[in-house]
Amino acid sequence: MPFARIKRSRRGGFQVKLPPPEREVLASLPSMLRAMLAGGNADDPAMKRLFPSAYLDDEVAAAEFDSVVRDDLLAQKIAAVETMERTLRSERLSEDELVAWLAAVNDLRLVLGVRLAITEESSPEDFAGDPETERAYGLYAYLSFLEEDVVRALSSG
Amino acid sequence: MAQTAPVEVERPIDEPDVTHDVPWIVIVWNDPINLMSYVVYVFQKLFGYPRQKATKLMMDVHVKGRAVVSEGPRERCEFDVSRLHAHGLWATLQKDR
Repeated sequence: MPFARIKRSRRGGFQVKLPPPEREVLASLPSMLRAMLAGGNADDPAMKRLFPSAYLDDEVAAAEFDSVVRDDLLAQKIAAVETMERTLRSERLSEDELVAWLAAVNDLRLVLGVRLAITEESSPEDFAGDPETERAYGLYAYLSFLEEDVVRALSSG
Repeated sequence: MAQTAPVEVERPIDEPDVTHDVPWIVIVWNDPINLMSYVVYVFQKLFGYPRQKATKLMMDVHVKGRAVVSEGPRERCEFDVSRLHAHGLWATLQKDR
């Protein structure tokens, strides 16, 4: 197990120790998510995954639910991405800021996971060959690793 | 883990529900992307469940494909579903038949 990148600090908040190359990788991601959210293409499978239907077999109720909650949900997601962008270079984060990171990182994993068509049986070899796919899978795997760290830090102490 | 305070929902959706005696349930469905540790964290955070219960629910989702994570009046269930969606989980509500 490599060192923990994120740790609860005894003085309150969290310490973030990310090697510079990882910060560079992370820096490119929130704007991608923000652009997708702002674009608002409801037919995009990744957008459907971020805004799932609340009713399995009642389209009318599902549409009504969506019309009531969608704006609020979108605002929450955008606020989380903006917080992550604003604090991307920070070495200390408040709990609220780290929770925002978690939301944005998880949304990014969902988007990449949908684009890559991840299944329970997926393995890294499935994404080898095409450089762009390899890069997307690398990001997905890195965000999974980072998210484990964030969850561990938030669940500690 | 702190207990989540009950929250009032100010917006009942839809026509009045005439079958008040039939409770509604919130179901979380398995998906191949969300991390197991994250799902446990979300169940603890949103519902105030102890770690053991949150872990059991997560395993039910993972192994059986779905788990009922909360139940109650329709408005309460819609609120829970919206919170689960805000955390990226795939959740639906339905009448408990």
